[in-house]
Amino acid sequence: MSSARPMLALDDVSKRFGGLKVIDGLSFEVAASERVALIGPNGAGKTTAFNLITGAYPVDSGRVLLDGIDITALPARKRIRHGLARTFQNIRLMAHLSVIENVMITQATHSGAFTAMLQPVNLWRENRWRREALDVLAAAGLGRYADEPTGALPYGIQKQVELVRALLAKPRVLLLDEPAAGLNPAETDALRERLEMVSRSGIAIVVVEHDMHFIGAFCRRVIVLNFGCKIAECATGEVHAHPRVREAYLGSESEAFDVEAA
Amino acid sequence: MSGYLEGVLVLLAINAILAYAAFLPIVAGQLNLGIAGFVAAGAYFSAYLSNEFGVPPTVAALAAAVFAGLIGLIVSFPLLRTRGIYLALATFAFGQVVQATILNLNVVGGAAGYPVREFVGFGVIGAFALAVVAAVYLLFSTRFGISITAVSDDETAADLMGLSVRGLQTAAFTIGAAIAGLAGALYAHHFSYIEAQNYTVLFSIYIVLYVLLGGTQTIFGPLLGAAVFTLLPEFLRGSAEWRYVIFACLILALMAWRPQGAVTVDLVRRLLRNRRPEGERA
Ligand SMILES: Nc1ncnc2c1ncn2[C@@H]1O[C@H](COP(=O)(O)OP(=O)(O)OP(=O)(O)O)[C@@H](O)[C@H]1O
Ligand SMILES: [Mg+2]
Repeated sequence: MSSARPMLALDDVSKRFGGLKVIDGLSFEVAASERVALIGPNGAGKTTAFNLITGAYPVDSGRVLLDGIDITALPARKRIRHGLARTFQNIRLMAHLSVIENVMITQATHSGAFTAMLQPVNLWRENRWRREALDVLAAAGLGRYADEPTGALPYGIQKQVELVRALLAKPRVLLLDEPAAGLNPAETDALRERLEMVSRSGIAIVVVEHDMHFIGAFCRRVIVLNFGCKIAECATGEVHAHPRVREAYLGSESEAFDVEAA
Repeated sequence: MSGYLEGVLVLLAINAILAYAAFLPIVAGQLNLGIAGFVAAGAYFSAYLSNEFGVPPTVAALAAAVFAGLIGLIVSFPLLRTRGIYLALATFAFGQVVQATILNLNVVGGAAGYPVREFVGFGVIGAFALAVVAAVYLLFSTRFGISITAVSDDETAADLMGLSVRGLQTAAFTIGAAIAGLAGALYAHHFSYIEAQNYTVLFSIYIVLYVLLGGTQTIFGPLLGAAVFTLLPEFLRGSAEWRYVIFACLILALMAWRPQGAVTVDLVRRLLRNRRPEGERA
């Protein structure tokens, strides 16, 4: 971590569902253009952490700061305007929109809401919004799917469409929930290369991922959650030697945490 | 133009406008069974303006659209707090309230009905119908179009992607109400007589049916639905009292055969795809 102001900071965040404490006093910081992995066994609270950061659920206590600004009380739809974009573990594309329409949804995040709504994005095919969306889709190798309905596309393609949708919001922080799940090794490598480019443009990236090869290659730093608590935070290379991490994964079915391979 | 033909064309135009009044909330995921209430509000408001203040009917009709839209905007705040079947019930109740209110308003004739002095013919009504179709087409070519679909597909994700779910839902409901008010006003001025008893929930259900059977995925569905609902009973006229039975059976058949409605995105895509190569060869 640098001495500069963190781009994203969680300060003692907690969340209960019923009697269950799902996030327990979680604090961490992410600097601009940093690549951080958030890992942990199934049910550790990783997705919930993303949901709290993006405002899908309110926190019970604690604060979320974006570039030093407290966004804890901000409604979800306004957080993306502050530069917080995400993808979902269980893909959430709009079923009745084509691929390009799906990604165009976030495109006007930084324009005035009213004028944005009146932009004629579908009146004629050549317009600057379609062009912008097509360029980003093409850069992700998805150009030929632009006018396809999303439902019929392979899972891996849908995941990438979600990534493009998040990128079109021009985020400063990108939260990716299992971006490599369902991708074959070649696709995973392509994803990593794309994310490296994204990262070079200054965007901070937090990845929830079970694929330790991917994390080893992409992330410098790892934060480990177990039962909602942060049990470790260390350089990627050191995580497999961390005693509490070994303990947390011991006996869990997750062969993804193949420590030697990472 | 014969009186009969003009009558059918007027109904076609008004039903098309009504279909778009229902289409907007439906696309936003709202089942509005109170459309008849907005239609009635527009009809009575326009009739009152022209009867009492001599406002020209086209101006009165536009004012009625604004009036119904305002009512829609105001009632949307409590109504849109509900979802699904509860929203359907709440809008149904709204329709009942409007009907009961008019029945008790003696200034517009109460239960006796209300004669409307100023007449508009098919020319004006047809022009308004075209304008509504064009306006809805333009509206759905904007970012509003994809945003409203996104909201009805997945509210939570739409919210997280920065869309104002509530704002979009309110807009769809309000614009639908305004279009309903316009249709009511045109009806009033053409048929010269309105009575509150007509604006029942059955009326609302018919309009919703136009849209559901025509298809909600494209803006052409409502038009087709309205056309079929208006014209088919006329074609079946020969078989007298059985025509509504046949008509109802055809509706059931259509629902079984095309549950997504007659016109779907897929259908439009296929039609466009078939056409393009021919165009290139020519
Ligand atoms: N909306 C909710 N209501 C109730 N419980 C929830 C809710 N969301 C998550 N939980 C619970 O919180 C715990 C953490 O879930 P979460 O989805 O955050 O785990 P995760 O670390 O993302 O796991 P996975 O690796 O399986 O995706 C689980 O016990 C889950 O059942
Ligand atoms: Mg998860």
